[in-house]
Amino acid sequence: MAIFIRKRSHGGAHVPHRKHTAEMATVQMPPPATVVLPMSQHIGAPCKPVVKVGDPVKVGTLIGETTGYVAAPIHASVSGTVKAVGEILLSNGSRSMAVTIESDGKMEPDPAIAPPKIKTREEFFNAVRDSGLVGLGGAGFPTHVKLNAKNLDEIDTLIVNGAECEPYITSDYREAIESTLDIVHGMKYLKEMLDLKQVVIAIEANKPKAIQKFYEQLASYQDINVQTLPQSYPMGAEKVLIYEVTGRVVPEGKLPGDVGVLVMNIGSVGFLNRYLKTGMPLVQKRLTIDGGAVAEPKNIFVPIGTSIADVMAFCGGYRKPPRKFLMGGPMMGIAIPDENYPILKNNNAILALDEEEATLKQPTACIRCGRCVRGCPMKLMPLELDQAREAGDTDALARLKVGLCMECGTCSFNCPAKRPLVQSIRMGKAMLRAAQAAKKS
Amino acid sequence: MEEKLMVTSSPHLQDKASTSSIMLDVCIALLPALICAEIIFGVRVLLVTGVSVAACFIFEYLLNMITKRPQTISDLSCAVTGILLAFCLPVSIPLWMVVIGDFVAIVIVKGLFGGIGQNFANPAATARIVLMLSFPVQMTTWTAPVGADATASATVLDMLGHGTAGEMPSLWQMFIGYQGGSLGETCAAALIVGGIYLLFRKVIQPHVPLAFIGTVAIFSLLTGRDPLVQILSGGVMLGAIFMATDYTTSAITPVGKVVFGIGCGLLTCLIRFFSSSVEGVSYAILLMNILCPFVDRLTRSRPFGGAKA
Repeated sequence: MAIFIRKRSHGGAHVPHRKHTAEMATVQMPPPATVVLPMSQHIGAPCKPVVKVGDPVKVGTLIGETTGYVAAPIHASVSGTVKAVGEILLSNGSRSMAVTIESDGKMEPDPAIAPPKIKTREEFFNAVRDSGLVGLGGAGFPTHVKLNAKNLDEIDTLIVNGAECEPYITSDYREAIESTLDIVHGMKYLKEMLDLKQVVIAIEANKPKAIQKFYEQLASYQDINVQTLPQSYPMGAEKVLIYEVTGRVVPEGKLPGDVGVLVMNIGSVGFLNRYLKTGMPLVQKRLTIDGGAVAEPKNIFVPIGTSIADVMAFCGGYRKPPRKFLMGGPMMGIAIPDENYPILKNNNAILALDEEEATLKQPTACIRCGRCVRGCPMKLMPLELDQAREAGDTDALARLKVGLCMECGTCSFNCPAKRPLVQSIRMGKAMLRAAQAAKKS
Repeated sequence: MEEKLMVTSSPHLQDKASTSSIMLDVCIALLPALICAEIIFGVRVLLVTGVSVAACFIFEYLLNMITKRPQTISDLSCAVTGILLAFCLPVSIPLWMVVIGDFVAIVIVKGLFGGIGQNFANPAATARIVLMLSFPVQMTTWTAPVGADATASATVLDMLGHGTAGEMPSLWQMFIGYQGGSLGETCAAALIVGGIYLLFRKVIQPHVPLAFIGTVAIFSLLTGRDPLVQILSGGVMLGAIFMATDYTTSAITPVGKVVFGIGCGLLTCLIRFFSSSVEGVSYAILLMNILCPFVDRLTRSRPFGGAKA
């Protein structure tokens, strides 16, 4: 028997799991009265609306077409009538065109929807683009662009990311349990279509049931394996995951493809298989709804574009007054200023935190304990980055490689002085960018 | 929604550990040594330690008040400084000298440089040095352990270094603290128990203590001295486990910590063996504190996947 010397990634944090919804099967939320579908739900060029007020739409009807290569089309998530086409404010503060659809409550699928016919890779990439799929793990990068890598023949490994290392969130876990076969078939399809040597589905050790299910299903497949990841945040971060699974280090400024690896979220792979079977584009999402303020935490299927307020009403409203809304988990999620934002393609959880969960302790002086340094998965020195930012020292920020920070939140979480290190590093990045731009001009 | 929503930058979770919980852990880790010191040197140990801690709190409170800085006494770092300074004083020291030491530690070394996290030198070690230079007689008037005969009051290092008359304690006696010395430094067993607690609670890493003590042992061996006597005598254990591991004044990265520990050990030996002073732990720590920024700069970790700068 071979002796494995596992390569372990650096640092990390032991965050509380709080996966209360892990054993709650996903329930379908009925269509809301209206959905708002922003034309920018991905990294890249926003889509152009192709419907006008009064147009009838069905579930899956194209309503936003791409205007560039790096983009993914937008489809109607309910059947009904287009009520408005106009600009709205997104949760990240930017403005975007959006299509508002009044639902007729029937959820009739578009009759034109049919499974895509795929013979060549080219047709496959086109089908992926037409499905509207973006990275469902949170980044929202159009999947067809990622798969159609320039150096595709050098890519030998696909890692399916089932780490789900953020507290609270269980939507990927439910995907793994409820759609095991979709994921397995999706992995098999991708392996053949992209001519890969191996596919690995990586799941954190705190989800033994999911790991067991994949072991059973994959027993007969060669070169498609399950890997149990240690329980440590941020196991699901791309560079950390790649190192844990393959031992390869993604160099600064490079992409996973440059070391021969593709990483896809478990939900993306499951969706891809369903799309290939049915042709129904990405119109609904599986979401974890949790947090101390939520009366009935749940995992739900929800039409994209449903407002957070409607989702919360479906989850029984509030048990305690909500004080903070998060899109995503508590480590990397974005706090949003009110509950009227629509659910986006790349959302995987909406948390409504109560007073106690939402309130952060006030920062005090750094005591140089080094916990931020020991925790940093990128082996950066957050305390020095914080000092450099405070001093406005852009040379030091560049030397300390502020750009490598992926803002996973481990340093801030670990800090006993409760310093907002990630926030400081974000400001440091902006400061460095401004200084570099000034130098060029 | 009556109350407004909070919008903050991620992450939205914080670990339970705080500055005060860490300082409380250090105080807990110092308790075994305090109890042993009380048994070894008598009840005056508690008086000296109590006065020292109280004076530290009062000085920090007053300094914050006068300089109009936010009150920081609740972080409990004064308690650590107070106990540590008491631990490196002889039990017979006049109490007013203890208070002067506390003033040096809290006001001069820590407060005037900006408070917790800003001092470049270890407050307790520096205060001990100031007292040593100011009151050499009182600072080297050693009391014999309770129950031992009076001639045993010289420290092991005095006997070895200056040839002071006295009966050498056995290694076992040294390990459990029955030797002359500062009140909290003699009982290696209790200090090690405290150190293990700190390691277990992940308050400190093993690098500095192991490098420090290991270097003293190896250097002693190389110069023909008994390594066990060297590491069990004087302030090596107290310094290596509790003072050289002080966050603010020691190195950050694992490599830096090893370098820092080796430096402390080497300087301790050089002072002990080749200078007129018989003990060198606090000087060694102070010198390494001063070198620490350079150690940090030279031992920065290379970012994961980072191109060579």
